[in-house]
Amino acid sequence: MTPQQLAQASNGAIYASMITLAIAMVFFAASFAVGRRRAVPVTAAVVTESAGGTAVLTRTDPPNAGDPGRRSANIGMSLTWLGMIFLAAGVALRGVWAGRVPWGDMYEFSITAALGILVVFLLVSLRQDIRWLGLFIVIPVLLTLGIAVTVLYTESAQLVPALKSYWLLIHVTAAIISSGAFTLAAAVSAVALFRGRAERKADGGPVTGLAARFPDQLRLQTMANRIIAFTFPLWTFAIIAGAIWAENAWGRYWGWDPKETWAFITWVIFACYLHARSTVGWRGNRASWIAIIGFSAFLVNYFVINVFAASLHSYSGL
Amino acid sequence: MTHIDPHSDDRLGAGLSTNPETGVVPPLSATGWLRWLWRQLTSMRTALLLLFLLALAAVPGSVFPQQGVNPIKVSTWVAAHPGIGPFMQRMGVFDVYASPWFASVYLLLFISLIGCVVPRMRLHWRAATSAPPAAPRNLSRMQNFTSLESQEEPQKVLDTAKARLKGARWKVIDGTDASGSWISAEKGYLRETGNLIFHLSLILILVAVAVGGLFGWKGNVIVKTGNGFSDTLTQYDVWGGGRFVNPAHLPPFSFALADFQVQFDRAVSDRGSPQLFRATVNYRTDPRAPLQTSIVQVNEPLSVDGAKVYLVGHGYAPHFIIKDAHGHQIYNDAVVTLPQDGNFTSTGVIKLPDASPQLGFDVVFYPTWIPTSITSAFPAPDNPAVYLDVWRGDTGMNSGVPQSVYTLDKSHMVLLGRHPSLIPGQTWTLPKGAGTITFAGWQRWASFQIAYDPGKNIALAAAVIALLGLMSSLFVRRRRIWVKALAGPQGTTVEVAGLNRVEGADMAADVEYVVHHLSPDAPGTDVTKRNS
Repeated sequence: MTPQQLAQASNGAIYASMITLAIAMVFFAASFAVGRRRAVPVTAAVVTESAGGTAVLTRTDPPNAGDPGRRSANIGMSLTWLGMIFLAAGVALRGVWAGRVPWGDMYEFSITAALGILVVFLLVSLRQDIRWLGLFIVIPVLLTLGIAVTVLYTESAQLVPALKSYWLLIHVTAAIISSGAFTLAAAVSAVALFRGRAERKADGGPVTGLAARFPDQLRLQTMANRIIAFTFPLWTFAIIAGAIWAENAWGRYWGWDPKETWAFITWVIFACYLHARSTVGWRGNRASWIAIIGFSAFLVNYFVINVFAASLHSYSGL
Repeated sequence: MTHIDPHSDDRLGAGLSTNPETGVVPPLSATGWLRWLWRQLTSMRTALLLLFLLALAAVPGSVFPQQGVNPIKVSTWVAAHPGIGPFMQRMGVFDVYASPWFASVYLLLFISLIGCVVPRMRLHWRAATSAPPAAPRNLSRMQNFTSLESQEEPQKVLDTAKARLKGARWKVIDGTDASGSWISAEKGYLRETGNLIFHLSLILILVAVAVGGLFGWKGNVIVKTGNGFSDTLTQYDVWGGGRFVNPAHLPPFSFALADFQVQFDRAVSDRGSPQLFRATVNYRTDPRAPLQTSIVQVNEPLSVDGAKVYLVGHGYAPHFIIKDAHGHQIYNDAVVTLPQDGNFTSTGVIKLPDASPQLGFDVVFYPTWIPTSITSAFPAPDNPAVYLDVWRGDTGMNSGVPQSVYTLDKSHMVLLGRHPSLIPGQTWTLPKGAGTITFAGWQRWASFQIAYDPGKNIALAAAVIALLGLMSSLFVRRRRIWVKALAGPQGTTVEVAGLNRVEGADMAADVEYVVHHLSPDAPGTDVTKRNS
C-alpha cells in the first residue's frame, strides 16, 4: 500500500470503530431501558450472604438470562469486540504508516488509550460478567475518539529526537494500560455510588429501577479495589520508567515538570484510595469518590497539561 | 466468625498504624499530651489527610512558573502582578517544592510513616516467627468449608495434608482438641513484608534525593563547534552545587565539540520540526588521559568521570571581523546568538569596550532570510543573513557591574546606524567613520548540561525495591487453612476450612488443593462446599 492508502485505511478503521461502538452504545443503553420495564428479581440474596466482610466474586448468573435486556447487552458486547478490532487495526495501520510505535503525538496517544480502555474492559469481561459496565466504557471511549479525530488529529510526523528511545515503548505502554484501567475503576466506582444510593433508598428492601441492573454496591467496590490494586503498581512502574528516561534525556530523574507533578498527584490520590480502603469510615462511598478524583487528576494531566502547560512533555502536535 | 488477632491484621496498610483510633480524652500531663499527639500523628486517618494535603500542595507548582524551572518567567509574572506577586514569592508559590510548607507536609507524612512502620515491623516479625493459631472449634463457620469421608486413619489423613501443605510452603502446626486432631497452616507473610519494605523504600528515596541535593551539582555551558570546554567552575555559564560540593574539585575532564549536525523536517505538514541533533565530541577524562571520541545526542548522554554530559540545545554563532577606522582588526570571532522562535530567528550582541570610542552591536541572525519578513522562514541555514544595529558610547563594561553577554546596556550609547540584511562575505562600512564589519560566515553551537547526582542510583534501587514490595503487598494473599480428622463409624470424617485475610478473595482454590490430595480418586464426590 502507498502511504496515502495506509493513512486512509487507518482513518477508515477508526471511523468504522466509532460507528460500531456508537451502535454498541445504543444496545447497551437499550439493555437498561428494556430491563427497566420488566420487574427484575433482585440478586440481593447473594449480597447479604457476603456481608461478613468477605465479599466473594462468584459469578452469579441472574435468573432472567433470556430477557431482552440481556440479549441487547450481549449484542452490545459483540459490537464492542468488533469495535476494538477495528480500532486495533486503525492504531496498527497508523504505526505502519508512521514507521514507528503509534504514539508520537496526542492524536496517537488518544486512539491508543481508547484501545487500552477497550482491551482492559474486554479482558476483564472474559473472567467476569461486566456487561452492565459496557455503556460506561463505550461512552468515554467514544468521547476520546471523538476528540482525537476532531481536535487532536495531525498528519503523521516523524518523532522529535527527544522521543526516539526505546523508553517510549516501555513508559508509554505502561501509562496507556494504566489509563484504560483507571477509566474502568472510575466507571465502576461511579456505578457503585449510584447503586449505593439506591440501596440506601431501598433501606434493606429490594432495589428497583435502573440500579437493579447493576451488581450490589459491595461487589462493585471490591471490583474497583481490585482494578486499582492492579493498576497502582503499573502506574508506579510507568512513573519509574519515566524517571529513568528523564534522567537519560534531560539530565535529572525528577524535575517537577507539570506532567511529572500531575503523575505524582495521581499517584498520591490512588495511594489515598488504597489507604482509605483500610480505614474505618472511608472504605465505602468516600473511597469511590477518591477513585473518581484520582481519575480526574489523570484526565487533567492528559488534556490540560499536554495542551496548555509549558511542559517538557509537550508532544501534543497541536 | 473471622479470627483476627489485632496485631497481625494484614490488609494493605490496615491501620498502617497499630494505634486505636479513638477520640480518647488526653490526660493533662505533658507526656500524656505528647503520647496523644504521637498517636494522632501516626493514625491512619492522619496519614490519609497528609496524603491528600501532599497531592493538593503539589498543584500550585504546575500552575505558577517555578524558580527552578524558569526563573525568567517567575520575574515576569511577579512584575506583571505587583500587588500579589511579591507576597506570593515570599509564600514560596514560585518555589513550591523547596518551600517550608511543602516540606512540612512530606516530613510529617514520613514521620507518620515511620511511626506506623516501626511498630508494625516488630509485630510482623513476631507473627512470622510464631506458630499459626490453633484451629477454631467450629470449622463449618469458615468462609470456605468442605468435608469429606476417608477410609484412612485420622492421623494418616492429617500427615498427608501436612506433608502436602509443607510442600507448598505453608507453615503448619498440629494439635488436638475435644473434637479431634487438627492441623493449622498459614501462608502469605510476604504481603506484610512487602508492605513494610515498600514504605521503608520510600524513606530511602527521600534519602537519595537529599544525597543528590547535598553532594550533586549541575551546570550549563554553550560550546561553539571547534571550541572546547574543561570542567572548571569558570568555564560554566551557569553552575549550581549542593552544600557539600567543593567547586574547586570538579572532575578534571574536558571535551571539544568537533561537529554538530542538525536536520529539520522539510515536509509540508511538520515543516521545521527537528529530526536529528548529533554532537561529535572529543574528550579526555583528565588532562593526561588519551583522547576519545563520542557521539552525544538527545537520549544519549556521555558519561565521563561519574558526571553525565547532556545535549540540551543548539543555535547559530555568526562570525564577524571588525576593523576600526584605521583598518586595524579589533574583533574576529563567532558570537553566540540565542534562538527566539521555532525558525531560529536568533539574537545576540557584540561589545567592544576596548575600541575607542567603545562600540556595541545588536545582532539578529536569520538562518533563512526573506526580504519581506522580520523573522526567519526556516530553522536551517538556507539563506543566512544578519541584521545589525551599531551603537557608540559607553558599554558600561568598565563600571564593574556584572552584565549579561546577551544584552547591550544602551543607556550611555547612541545609535550610529543599522543594516537590514548583511549576507556572508559582505562588509558594511559603519557610519561616521567608525570602521567596518564583515559577516565572515557562521558556525553552530551546542549547549550542554553537565550533571553529577550521586543519589540517583540509590533512588533507582529504592524505587525498584519499592515497586517489588508494593506488588507483593497487593498480590500476595495472607491465608489460613485448617484440617480436622475425626474417626467415625464409616471411616474418617475430614473437615477442611480456609480463611482468606484479604478482602474480596476466597480460599476455594486452596481448600480444593488439600481436598484433592486427600481424596485423589473421587475429587468432589462427597464434598459439601459452602461458598459464602
